[in-house]
Order: sequence, then C-alpha cells, then structure tokens
Amino acid sequence: MWDHEIRAMASSHAIIASSVFMATVLPAVLVQGFSVYGTHLLWLYSVSGAVTVVNIAVFWLLGITPPTKKHTLGYKLSRLVRSCLYFLLSCLFYHTVVVLYGAPLIETALETFSLAVLLTSLTTLRCLCVLGPNVQAWIRVFSRHGAMSVWDTSLQITVACTVVGAWVGAFPIPLDWDRPWQVWPVSCSLGSVIGFLTGLVGAPAWIHYHRKQLTYKCK
Amino acid sequence: MNRLPVLSLLLWMCAVFYIGIYLFVGGFLLVRLEVNRTSTCRDVLHPGEERGDFCHVKPRFRRAVLLIIDALKIDFARFDPAKATPRPYENKLPVLEETASSRPSHSRLYPFRADPPTTTMQRIKGFTTGSLPTFIDVGNNFASSAILEDNLIHQLGQIGKRVVFMGDDTWESLFPKKFYRSLPFPSFNVKDLHTVDNGILQHLYSTMVGEDWDVLVAHFLGVDHCGHRFGPDHPAMADKLTQMDGVIRSVIDRLQNDTLLVVMGDHGMTDTGDHGGESQKETDAAIFLYSPSPLFPGPPSQSEPDVVPQTDLVPTLALLLGVPIPYSSVGQVLLPLFPPHGKTEAAVGGLSQLEALWINAKQVNRFLETYSGMAKDIPPVSLSKLQDEFSRLSSDYLTAVREGRSPSPELAASLQAYLTSVRDTCRATWARFSPLKMATGLAILAFACLLCFILSELSCVLIRENGLLKAPVVAAVLVGVCVAAGQLFTQGYIEVAWCLAAAALSSELLFLWRAHRARTSAAAGNESKAPKRAGWLALRCLLVPPLLVPLLRCASLLSDSYVIAEGRVVTFLVFSLGLYIPIHLNWDGLLLPPSHDPLRPAGLLPSPVLSPSAVRKESSTLLACLGLLVGSLYLSLSFHGCREEQGYCQPSLFLSPLSRLQDSQLKNLHYVLSLASLGLWTYLLRRWLRHYGNLNSSGGTVFTARWILPLLSVCLGLHWAVSATPEDSFRNLAELISLAQLALPRTAFCLLELGLFLIWMDPLTVFVKIRAAAPARGSSLPPPRYRASTGISPQAELHHLIPQIYQRMRRSLEDGEVTGDAEPDNRPAVEAYGLGTVYSAPLLLFCGMLGIGLLLLHPEGMALSFLLLLLEMGALLHIHASSTTLNGLDGAHSGGFDVPWTPVVLWSLAATQFFHATGHLPTFPSIQWGAAFVGFPGGHTGTVLPALLVTLNTFASHILFAVGCPLLLFWPLVCEVRGSRGGRAGGEEGEDAVMEMRLRENPRQFGSALLQLSTRYLFIQGAQVFASVCAAAILRRHLMVWKVFAPKLMFEASGFLVSSVFLLVGVTLVLRVDMAVGRWFKRLLPDASR
Repeated sequence: MWDHEIRAMASSHAIIASSVFMATVLPAVLVQGFSVYGTHLLWLYSVSGAVTVVNIAVFWLLGITPPTKKHTLGYKLSRLVRSCLYFLLSCLFYHTVVVLYGAPLIETALETFSLAVLLTSLTTLRCLCVLGPNVQAWIRVFSRHGAMSVWDTSLQITVACTVVGAWVGAFPIPLDWDRPWQVWPVSCSLGSVIGFLTGLVGAPAWIHYHRKQLTYKCK
Repeated sequence: MNRLPVLSLLLWMCAVFYIGIYLFVGGFLLVRLEVNRTSTCRDVLHPGEERGDFCHVKPRFRRAVLLIIDALKIDFARFDPAKATPRPYENKLPVLEETASSRPSHSRLYPFRADPPTTTMQRIKGFTTGSLPTFIDVGNNFASSAILEDNLIHQLGQIGKRVVFMGDDTWESLFPKKFYRSLPFPSFNVKDLHTVDNGILQHLYSTMVGEDWDVLVAHFLGVDHCGHRFGPDHPAMADKLTQMDGVIRSVIDRLQNDTLLVVMGDHGMTDTGDHGGESQKETDAAIFLYSPSPLFPGPPSQSEPDVVPQTDLVPTLALLLGVPIPYSSVGQVLLPLFPPHGKTEAAVGGLSQLEALWINAKQVNRFLETYSGMAKDIPPVSLSKLQDEFSRLSSDYLTAVREGRSPSPELAASLQAYLTSVRDTCRATWARFSPLKMATGLAILAFACLLCFILSELSCVLIRENGLLKAPVVAAVLVGVCVAAGQLFTQGYIEVAWCLAAAALSSELLFLWRAHRARTSAAAGNESKAPKRAGWLALRCLLVPPLLVPLLRCASLLSDSYVIAEGRVVTFLVFSLGLYIPIHLNWDGLLLPPSHDPLRPAGLLPSPVLSPSAVRKESSTLLACLGLLVGSLYLSLSFHGCREEQGYCQPSLFLSPLSRLQDSQLKNLHYVLSLASLGLWTYLLRRWLRHYGNLNSSGGTVFTARWILPLLSVCLGLHWAVSATPEDSFRNLAELISLAQLALPRTAFCLLELGLFLIWMDPLTVFVKIRAAAPARGSSLPPPRYRASTGISPQAELHHLIPQIYQRMRRSLEDGEVTGDAEPDNRPAVEAYGLGTVYSAPLLLFCGMLGIGLLLLHPEGMALSFLLLLLEMGALLHIHASSTTLNGLDGAHSGGFDVPWTPVVLWSLAATQFFHATGHLPTFPSIQWGAAFVGFPGGHTGTVLPALLVTLNTFASHILFAVGCPLLLFWPLVCEVRGSRGGRAGGEEGEDAVMEMRLRENPRQFGSALLQLSTRYLFIQGAQVFASVCAAAILRRHLMVWKVFAPKLMFEASGFLVSSVFLLVGVTLVLRVDMAVGRWFKRLLPDASR
C-alpha cells in the first residue's frame, strides 16, 4: 500500500545523497586547492547549502509539507520568517550543546558554529520541511507512537543517524595519530554527514522491511 | 529486612575482587632480585699483574666532598649571560660556569640523567648501589629501609674511610650505622625550606677544615622543598639557589689538592615543582665535578658524553677513591676523568681509561653471572650473546697486555658498548611479569564481574535463598587449606597467593552453579516463558545505552590517549548518558502529558497514571536538574590538573594552595569564593534536613547537624585563612599562627570523628508528637513553644508532618482505642516528624560531614569543585527521582524498588569525573602529598597516618559517591508526589505520602533492592578495574606501560578498594538505621497504645 510512497522516498533520498556527492566533487573541480580536510569549512558550507536547497526543492515538489490552514500571503510569509528563526535558533542550540560537550569556547568558535550549521541543515531543516515550524510536532515525532506517516519515520531515522554520527565522530579526537581528519571539527562533521547518508539509505530500506508492522493512526 | 545476607554477600563479592586484584598485581609488578654479595679488595680484577690487593694502591683522590642538592635541575645549573631578564630559577648558580670556563681541566658540568622513578629515596639507592630501580619501590618512600645490596658507602667503610654525613635523614635510614659521623635532619616536612640546609651549614665548614673525615656527604633539601611548595618560578627559588651558589663557592675555597668535589642533583622537577615521573624535566639533573688538582686530561673535547647516566657515578667514584666497585653496579666509568692509555704518570696515580674500563667490565660480567645463576629472568639468548662478547673482549685485552703493546682504541669503544648493552638488557628484563599469576588474576576478576552482574540481576531470587553463601565459603576454605597442605607437602613452603587463588576460584564457581540452580528453580516456579529467546533477548538488553556507556568507558581504558584524556572522556560520557534520559522518556511518550486527541484510540497508550499537571511538573524538574547537571559538568572541566603528556595544557588556577598566590587581591577573591562554597554546602545540607523535618528531635544526628556541622565549617574556614597568611607578614603573631595551624585542623578532625560517631550511634531523626497526650503531660513541651523553636511555619508543618499511616501501626492503635487515647476523628494519635526521610537523612548528613572532612585535605580552591560535586549529586538524584515517577515505576506500583542501570552508571562515572575535577590524575607525581601535613605541619613519625590522609585526599570523590550510593534507592521515595495517587486510590480518602516508610512495609524488597543497587555499583567499578587490568596485561610491552597503564591500574585498583569499603560503610549505615527504626517502632507501639 505504501510502495508508491516508499519509492518516492527512495528516489528523493537518492537525489539528496547525490547532492552531497556533488557538493563535494563540484568545488573540487571549480575551486583551486579545494580539499575536504584542507579547506574544511568551504566543504562544510557547500554541503549544508546543497542539502538545504535540494531538501527544500524536493519536499516542496513532493508536497509533503503539511497543508497550511490559510492561504493568505501574510500567513505564508510569517511561516517563512518563523522557519528562518527556528533555523537560526537551532544553530545556536547545537552550538551550545557542542560547546558543553567540550568544544573550546572561544578559540574555535567559527568552526564550532559551522558544525552547528551543518547539523542544523541535516536535521532541523528536514523537520521544518516535513512538519513545518511547529516545535510541539517535532517533539511529538520523536516518540515511539509519534510517527504519523512514512515520512515521519524516515525523519526519525535520518535525524537519529546524523546525531549519532556526529557523536561517534568525536571519538577519534583524543587519539595521538596526528591525522588531518582528527582536527576539530573535521571528524565530527564527517561523522554527521556519513551518518546522514546512512540514514538516507537506511530509512527506505528499514521501512520496506518493516512495512507489515508499521501502522499509522491517521493516514 | 534480612540484613545479614545483604552484608555477607557484599563482603564476599568484595573479597573475591580483592583476591583477583592481589594476584594480578603480584604477577605484574615484580621486584628485582637483590644480590647480597659484596665486592672485596681481594677480588682479582687486574689481569696478569700480581697486585694482590686492589685497595692498597694509592688512589687518585684521598678525599671527596659530595654536595647533593636535591632537585638540582640542569636548567638551574646552566648560566647564560645573554639573558637580560632571567626567570627566578635561571642564572642563579654562576659559580659553576665561572669555574668551568676559567679552569677547564679542573672542572666540568654535565647533565645527569636519573632513572625513573625520580623520587629521592630511589635515587639515593640508585647512585650508591649503581643498580637500576624497579617500579614497586615507589611505595617505599615513606618507609625507607636499610639498603642490603652492596653499595659505595659500605665499600668506603670496608677500607676504613671515614664517611661523614649531614642532611636529609633518608640517608640515615638507608645506611644505619654506616657513617663515621652523621648529622641527619628531618626531611619529611615539605613546607620547611631551611631546617636541613641551615643544619648542614652550621657544621659543613668546620668539618671540612678538620682532618677527621675522608668522604663528606651533604644532602641539601631546600631547593626541592621550595619547588614543592612554591614551584620553580618563584622568588623563593632564586633566594635558595643564590644561597647554594654561596655554599659551593665556600666549599671550593676550602678544598685541598687531594680532594674531589662532586655537586649533583638527584633528580629534576616539572614546571610545577613536582617529581617522580619520567619526563625529561624530572630526570635531567646536573652534575658538576671539580678538583683543585687537574682532573681532566684537557679541555672539553669532542668525545665528551652529552649526558651522564646516574648509575655511572658509582664505578667512577669507586675507582677514583680506590675502592672496589659495588657488586651489583651496572654503571660504566666516566671516561673523561681517566687519562688515556700510556699517559698515566706515576705521580698522579690511578688507572688509565682502558684499565678502568676493564675493571668495570669484569665486575659487571661477574654480577651478570651471579645474577643469572640466581634468577632465570634474563633471556638466555641475550645472556649468551653478552658472555660471548665479554670473552672475546677479555682475550683481546689480555693478549694485548701480555704482549705489552698498547691495545687498539677500538677496544675501549667495544668495552663501552658491552657495558651499555648489559645495562640495557638489565633494564629490559627487570620489567618482567609472571604470566600465570596474571592470567589467574584476570580469570578471577572476570568471574567476579560476571557474578556481580548475575547477583544484581537476580538479587530478589538469590536473597530468598537461605544459606546461599555457606557452601561457597566452606568450599573456599577447604580448597584453600588443601592447596596449602599440598604445597607444604610437595614444596615445603606455602605460597599464599596460590591458596587464595584456588579458594576464590572454587567459591566463585560453586556460587555460579548455585545461582544457576536458584534461577532455574525460580523460573520453573514462575512457568518460564520463552526460554529459547531469552539468550538472544539478554544479549540485546546488554546493548542499551546505559550499558553501552560503561562498555565504552572500559574500552577507553585500553588506549593510552584516552587514559591521558580520561577526565574529558568521562565527562563526555556522563553528559551523553544524561541527555539520553529525557530523549528516552520522550521516545516512550512519557515526557509530555498525553495530548487529548480525540482521534487517538484510548487503548494504545497506557492509561495515564499521573495527572497532566504532575507530569508537567516532573518534566520541568527533570529538565531543570539536567540543566544543573550539564552546568556542573561544564564547570567541573575547569578544575582539572595536567598530565605531563598534555603539553598544551595549563593546570587549573584553583589547584595551587592559597599561600602560593602572590597577588593579594586574587588571593582574597579565591578565599571568599571558597568560603562561599563551603557556606553554601553547609546551608544546603541543613536546608534539606529542615525541609523534611529532620531537625526537630534531640538525638545525636540532629545534634551533629545543628552544631557540629556549622562548627566544622567555621573551623575549616579559619584554617584556610591561617594557612594562607604569608609567613613573614605577621612576625609578632608567628607563634599564634603556628599554633592555629596545628590546632584548627586537629579540632576539625576531632569534630568530624565525633559527628560521624554520633550519626552512627544514634541515627534516628524522628520527632514524635503525641496529640492526645499533649494536654495531659504537655507541661514539658507545649506545642506553641515547640513551633516557635523549630521555626517551621504551620503550612510547612502541615506539608511535612508524616502521620502514622503505617498500616500495622494504625491497626494496633485502633485496637488500643479502647483505652480512649485516640482522638475522636479517628485519626491516629501519634505524629512523627522526619519519618519520611528517616533513612536518607543520616546518610546524607554522613556524606556531607565526610565531604567537609575531605575538603580539609584539599587545596582551598577545591571548595568550588566540592560544591559542584554536591550539586551534581543532587541533580542526578532528582533526575533519577523524576524519571522514576514519570516511568510510573514507584515502589507502590510495581512493588519493587529497583534502581535502573542509568542512574547507577551515571553515579559511578561521576565518581571518576570528580576524581579529575578535584585536581587528581592517575599518575604518581600528581599525588597531593601536602594532604599528609594538614594538622601535622611538623611531619609524622609513623607511616600509617600520612598514607591514610593521602589516600583519603586522592579518592575523595570515590568515597563520597560510594557512601552516597544508597541515596539512589531512597530518593524517588523522598520525592514522591503527594496526592498523585489520590484519584486512583479513590475510596481511601486522604492517603498521605509515606515516603520511605514504604521500605519498611516491604522489607524483603528493600533488602533485595539494596543488594541490587550495591552490586550494580560494584559491577561498574569492578568492570573498570577489569578493563584496566586487561589493558596492563595486553599492553605490557607497550611503550607507555609504565607511564600510563601501570599507574592507571594502581589508581583504578586502589579506587575500587576505597569505593568498595565506603560502599560497605554506606550500606551498613542504612542497615543500622533500619535496625534503629525497628527498635523505635517496638518502643512506640506499647507506648502509644498504653
């Protein structure tokens, strides 16, 4: 019954994943001296920018975003403004959490904030696209019985994978191997991107194999 | 509650762990065998010559002066005139450089590299015996015992040289009755910069002028103590070094031509003035050689050694003074001091380079032969290679001497290479292990961890079994005795370690079998469900985050980088697990009140137990406490010390004692901050007790809380003030200050002991008010006065007054109604204040008192960290309580009081986290020796008390968290939501919160929950010990093993020891309270129904 939706999800995820790939390859061709480690921040922003744009485009085209109650321009505008505000707040939230986890407070503030931007564009942005600017709904989604559609389930999986990826990415930092990817925040951002890609692949697969067990209440 | 099984099971568990640790450590840290032979003058060391007696040849120097300046780092001795603004420790010994440049053939300055451990006693042993130290010797610094191996002092005495000693009294204990004359001065008091040095200076010059000495040893301690007290970068160090400069000058002026002067440091110091480790800053001391007669054949040449190893001093001095080289020395002679072959003028006397090397090599070879005959630990391959090398060299040398031609210069080089390779071989072998003991220890520890886990999972089943422990203990005793008898029969002596191992293993296996049988019988009784999938499910349960986090923690102990960064790693893990709690609750839909969605079918969610408002309140409490937890975690990072491996790291400013701070404004700020946190600590404790009505009665505990606790804090505050006053500022008050430094901490210790004793003796904090009886015998205690005196508002009274709804009691009171004692409204006649927190109040107070006592042993700045510790404890307890309530797991519902893994894991990780956040590190140089002098500024006579004080200081956070562990069981009951069950209970009108009285209602579950909680805590601590033991065993050939893993193992094992002891103390205190409550009820029942 959801074959259609799962297929749509798989293809949209493929597009998003390829956007991450393109965001890595294209600057390497266009920009002189580009490398993931060397010019890490550039890569980081190009990935988050690509994911943001592609996510918004895909979800807008698919029409997943919950239907607005009113169709006035002013209401849409206020939603847009609120979305931007939430995006910014989420960046600050992630920044705070990362600093509390032990990132230097002042010395590498720019790097830390860039990681927060990346995490936001990988997680919060999807929430914004799927659920709209509604924190109550976000909190609701992340509970066992909170998912209302396959998209909600995929959101759960990708967000969890991204966050866990970033968390695991912090593990190699204390090691004394002196590799370029151990520099803050390279391992964490790599981890979160890898986690995100895993989530993108894993979500449709998981839903496909568990489609018998999944029951959504109001769909 | 069945108290005995709980306690005996815990004791048995701890004993098994101890045996495992003992065995492993015994196999891992072995002591080098000491060769008890001595060299004599008749040893034939000269080839082909008929010099029968080595000692009767006229030696090159008749006398020698050894000036040992403790911790004379090479940086202190160098002089660089180009430096415009030298630091306090730089350029303060110009005499060395001046002499070396003005008289190049008379003097030389070398870096002098010590072998770790760089502690004074080990160094004295090293540069008198010439052998290499072993790791285990570190612990002996407080109880230095006489050296039994052959050594320089003994040899000098043998040939009748008069050795005069003055200075550090460690020498006197190392060489009792070996000196011709000895003037020891007490060395233990690190704060005393001048006693030893001034004592030496009083006698040094007069002795030198006299004629009744041949070798003079003077050991100055001022520089070392100055480093310990102020650090090298302090004006006091400049003064001390300048004084030493003067001393060296005066000694040089008084030297005679036949006298050799050696000025040396026994070790260096780190930038904070500590030593003991093996960083280059600690090992590189300075050695300065001088003689009024030409000492060196010429000015410094290319062949000069860059660094002189400390073992090389022994053979050099021995040959220069004409005594045999001590038997077990593995050093090599310092060649520049001997003339090259062929240039020996008869007038100078002494040996040529090659002769000296030959004697040296022969002695080392003899030692090697003897040693390899006694112990088989030198690998045979390298041993035979060394012996072949020696026989080749010796035949070369002997033929050359016999033929009278000068041997080739290569021979000297190959002799040197031989000596170096012997030393390297010895160094490599003396870190050897006993694999069998290590494996047995590992197995016992692994089984102990498994048992701990099983015990915690099956506590409710196992505690019901009667005599569960009888069989294992009997088996242990039997097997142990059997093994001992067998050993006595076959070997003739008993090795205790193996008896213990056999006993522990047999009792563990028997217990496992009994636990298995108990489980299967219990499962059979409960109609076991799905036994097939149980194994798979069990495995999946193990990988939930609460157990994944300790697993990660254990895995992190296997990597040196993570051990070095341990403080941050643990904080990271605590933070992660803390965040997991609300996320998990939200995942289960319990964090937010269920939305009243009409579309939602009612049956899907469990029917709401708590009202939405209660859920909201609990969730906000949880989140607020999480914020507090995160805040204290983050702030605690700023109290960390630094390991030497962390080059970029700056130790926390709060770690240095106030007396070291020079900026008086900063000093005042620190003092005020510390005082404020101490005050807050006391206030919070009292506030809590008052809030739950535990301050009303008149027992010992209440007395402690009311009077002793504040008095103790005042004492501590005054002590800080006194110890922070600079020594010179109040000259006329000096006596008063020194008296206060002695009296204040001792008073605090006494108060602490008194308080703990009172809590132990009279732990009840319940105040009984008998309503009906009040008018009758109220003359002694009328209610209004009582209210005024406690300061509890009527509202608070209403809130925390715990009426006796304890069912049995109520019934018995109603039975006794016949006497007409109860009130007409059928309410119970007895009301008790503080009954709801009867268990946690004494425990919390005990913890708080202990905390202040431990704070006394820390630097003042750590008061902030201790406050954070208290706050984090509170936050963890509240998070646990809220999440229990939200989960609906109250004792009232499920009938059990089980504490889930998450809070226990957090609790035990927090212990490690605060070990680091109180400025401790798992390395030996970072041990805060200053703690031994709190209250004993004059030093100690014994070794037990200082060791105890230092242990208490080092494992303060382990102690506090272990004692407070049972609080995890009580807290959800303490924070029970009043009236949350009102709606559900329905008919039972006005059910009041009974809090911890629930535990008395279900004594069996109380016992099993207590056992479960403590075994879970023990399991996590034990798993960490097991992991560090594994790390030490697997990585025993790792580069970092002596620097990182072995110290970590020692600290982890001692931490476990201390934790388990104090966990037992906490559990025993709870049992003690339980007994007291039982007695109290017995007394009350007849009382009330009379």
